[in-house]
Amino acid sequence: MAKFNSVRLDSDKCMGCINCIKRCPTQAIRVRDRKAYIISDFCIDCGECIRICPHHAKLPVYDPVSVIHDFEYTVALPAPTLYAQFNNLEDTDIVLNALLKMGFDDVFEVSAGAEIVSEVSRKFINAHPEGKPYISTACPSVVRLVRVRFPNLIEHLLPISSPMDVAAIFARRRAMEKTGLPADKIGIIFISPCPAKMTSVKAPIGIGRSEVDAVVAIKDIYPLLLPLMSDSNDNYDIADSGKIGISWSKSGGEASGLLTDNYLAADGIENVIQVLEDLEDEKISHLDFIELNACPGGCVGGTLTVENPYVARAKINHLRKYMPVSKAHDVSDTNAIYLDREIEYLPVFRIGNDMKDSIKKMADIDKLQKRFPGLDCGACGAPTCRALAEDVIMGRATERDCIYFLKDYIGESCNISEK
Amino acid sequence: MNLEFTYTVDPDDFTRAGEASADIKKKLKKMNVPHEAVRKVAIAMYEGEINMVIHANGGIITVFVNEDFITMVLADKGPGIPDVEKAMQEGFSTAPDNIRALGFGAGMGLPNMKKYTDEMKIDTVIGEGTTVTMKVNL
Ligand SMILES: Nc1ncnc2c1ncn2[C@@H]1O[C@H](COP(=O)(O)OP(=O)(O)OP(=O)(O)O)[C@@H](O)[C@H]1O
Ligand code: SF4
Ligand code: SF4
Ligand SMILES: [Mg+2]
Repeated sequence: MAKFNSVRLDSDKCMGCINCIKRCPTQAIRVRDRKAYIISDFCIDCGECIRICPHHAKLPVYDPVSVIHDFEYTVALPAPTLYAQFNNLEDTDIVLNALLKMGFDDVFEVSAGAEIVSEVSRKFINAHPEGKPYISTACPSVVRLVRVRFPNLIEHLLPISSPMDVAAIFARRRAMEKTGLPADKIGIIFISPCPAKMTSVKAPIGIGRSEVDAVVAIKDIYPLLLPLMSDSNDNYDIADSGKIGISWSKSGGEASGLLTDNYLAADGIENVIQVLEDLEDEKISHLDFIELNACPGGCVGGTLTVENPYVARAKINHLRKYMPVSKAHDVSDTNAIYLDREIEYLPVFRIGNDMKDSIKKMADIDKLQKRFPGLDCGACGAPTCRALAEDVIMGRATERDCIYFLKDYIGESCNISEK
Repeated sequence: MNLEFTYTVDPDDFTRAGEASADIKKKLKKMNVPHEAVRKVAIAMYEGEINMVIHANGGIITVFVNEDFITMVLADKGPGIPDVEKAMQEGFSTAPDNIRALGFGAGMGLPNMKKYTDEMKIDTVIGEGTTVTMKVNL
């Protein structure tokens, strides 16, 4: 399968400070030769390093807004988080009309896709209670985390596409019917809260390919929409989703769409990891559904948004007031929205080729770790002394990357030269 | 080759209970151990670790890993278990109310440890302590 990461490093801006290496939940970052680099196999595109980097040296990868000129006909797929960026918004149609004025030919709300997912999920969970608790598959970072770290939980992943991918399927169908154009002349363009969605478009998990053609950032679209937002002229009635759909933008929203109280919703990657650990150890039981979002507060906390996540959450709550619970959607043909590829465990953190090799390497790592000072100072460029020991045994670093080893080494060489 | 990990289980700190089993889980996952076995070890060891904190004033856990099996030895100098057969029954618990308030004391720990391991042995002497040995085959 294609490997792709949407969080990259700008080595010109990177100062080699060690802020990010400590913050990465999968210990994917190292600093070598005064520049950070990401071990891409370990990275789950959660965006934590983007949040923490004081020098803005972490580059989320996504498409420029100009991508809309690459297609004959374009459909905007706004994530519901987009609505949470505006002050005093009382009608999503104002945003949707502004997207048309901006140059998109049509819009298909991801919140409408979300309502379809909610409905299909409800039916699926009722029909397959044996797989409970189901873990949400809407956040690409969470799916990637489970895939590399929680093999025992893969079977609990809800086998249903994300609202983005579902919206994209329906949007393309509609555009083709409307215009008669072939599929490749139509651009399905997702307006995203995060780089992780870019990853899931470029290297999808659970489906063969995504119907999304390009991913643009909410923060890039936002300033372009502001001057176009008026509720007076050419106000088409486009909005096609209600409370359930737009609530997906915040933690707990997806779960509430399942109309069950028997759920848990966690947000922020460290909390997500804690929940997955407890779930794996069977410390949590009797739940129907586990909603997990890598970002604080849910997608409103995505790194490509403008508004503070907590303010954004309040804005969504305000907007919800004026909405119906959900709109009616045609869910007669939903085969395409189930995941149809098996999600396989990717043991990227494995140290050996087989058990024997692993035992030997683990023993070597333990032994070496004991010789390091245990300060976890980060000066070596690894997040902890343990991580450096592992890097050395795995051939990614040398003992002398530890400044205490280096000191001894320099001392020894001086002694030798004195003699 | 045999690998050995040793953990000291702190008796007073509830917030840290479970650290040893969490660490073992992390290490085993890096080591080509079948993930079903990793899960069994993590669950059984967590229950044993909690028991050491709640019932026995902490202790020492030693884990041995080789290519064929994983052995956990949980040794404490607690009060000992007067009636092992009874303690092994589902639902039997002597946990006091303040411990139950924390969500423990369902009397499911020892039965679960047995369920998730291939062999389990309890050596206990009243007033001297308890050693629980568990084995998971690979
Ligand atoms: N290491 C130990 N030292 C002394 N007594 C123990 C020890 N482990 C278990 N016991 C005794 O055996 C009983 C049953 O243990 P078990 O782990 O099955 O249940 P529990 O700890 O009381 O509750 P739970 O594990 O469900 O939270 C305990 O209540 C306690 O009396
Ligand atoms: S995006 Fe997340 S996983 Fe990837 S390097 Fe940054 S902090 Fe680590
Ligand atoms: S929580 Fe939402 S915004 Fe954040 S990474 Fe996951 S999908 Fe993207
Ligand atoms: Mg117990």
